[in-house]
Amino acid sequence: MGRAVNSEVGKFKPGDRVTVKFEDRPGHIRTPWYIRGKTGWIERVHGDFLNPESLAFGRDGLPQRTLYLVAFNQSDVWGKSSGSKDKVLVDIYEHWLSPA
Amino acid sequence: MMEDQAMSGGHQTDEDHGHEHPKHELSYYAKRIYAIRDLLLEKGVITEKDIQDQIEYQEARSPANGAKLVARAWIDPAFKARLIGNPKAACAEMGIDATSINEFVVLENTEKVRHMVVCTLCSCYPRPILGRPPDWYKSFNYRQRAVNDPRGVMQEFGLELPHDVEVRVHDSTADIRYLVLPMRPEGTEGLSETELARLVTRDSMIGVMDALPTLPPS
Repeated sequence: MGRAVNSEVGKFKPGDRVTVKFEDRPGHIRTPWYIRGKTGWIERVHGDFLNPESLAFGRDGLPQRTLYLVAFNQSDVWGKSSGSKDKVLVDIYEHWLSPA
Repeated sequence: MMEDQAMSGGHQTDEDHGHEHPKHELSYYAKRIYAIRDLLLEKGVITEKDIQDQIEYQEARSPANGAKLVARAWIDPAFKARLIGNPKAACAEMGIDATSINEFVVLENTEKVRHMVVCTLCSCYPRPILGRPPDWYKSFNYRQRAVNDPRGVMQEFGLELPHDVEVRVHDSTADIRYLVLPMRPEGTEGLSETELARLVTRDSMIGVMDALPTLPPS
């Protein structure tokens, strides 16, 4: 996979284990339900981006949020122990992640 | 749908306001989008020409762009490295405008790893490279099953993967757009770049299947 926009940003580094916050709040949320509360690891730091939760309502999207590619084992997400190495990878903004 | 019943008969067909609406009964969402379009036109936010220009722009982009990139990457390792290292610059090199994508990432398939792309939240898709997504890509069925049962989806597209191959499903929920770089099929050494591009289907760049093993009938 190619270069990140700016991999020097954000508080997490590739390999860090993270848990997606389990929150329910209204708005233009880009964190899918099925991944909330699940634990995976940082695969890549995409860089800083305007916050879509703000942009969607005509606001300025600031402050920017660091976006990560977060990897999860299929078996950890769906509770199926298939024994495979299959993964789900989701782009998640930093304010949805906590250290695991 | 409930909404359809609730709204049926509610749409006033007005032939006097400059453009045609479809004659058949519209769905709730179609009525809503026509109403929004009419409001934007009435208020002068956009013009009819803006809409036509945008439709033409959308129609002009097609999977042929992506196929050109993949075929070039297959025959030119240096280009492949640039396509993976800096996809937007590689697109520009090939005359493909990817500037409207915030960030563009190319996922290389190998014998050991297959990638598949979905947007479980809506229909995020690398439109400048592949054009408009197919209807199935936007369906609830695909969006649900792509993350939950990717191997089952691939099987339906005719791709049976050995157990030891790793499947990596990318849920493109944010600013990143993903393009799968399928593997070059074996036995295609004799094909020209243009012929190779014909092996690269749209679905192989979404990752639900491999590139075609042989040239399709033209």
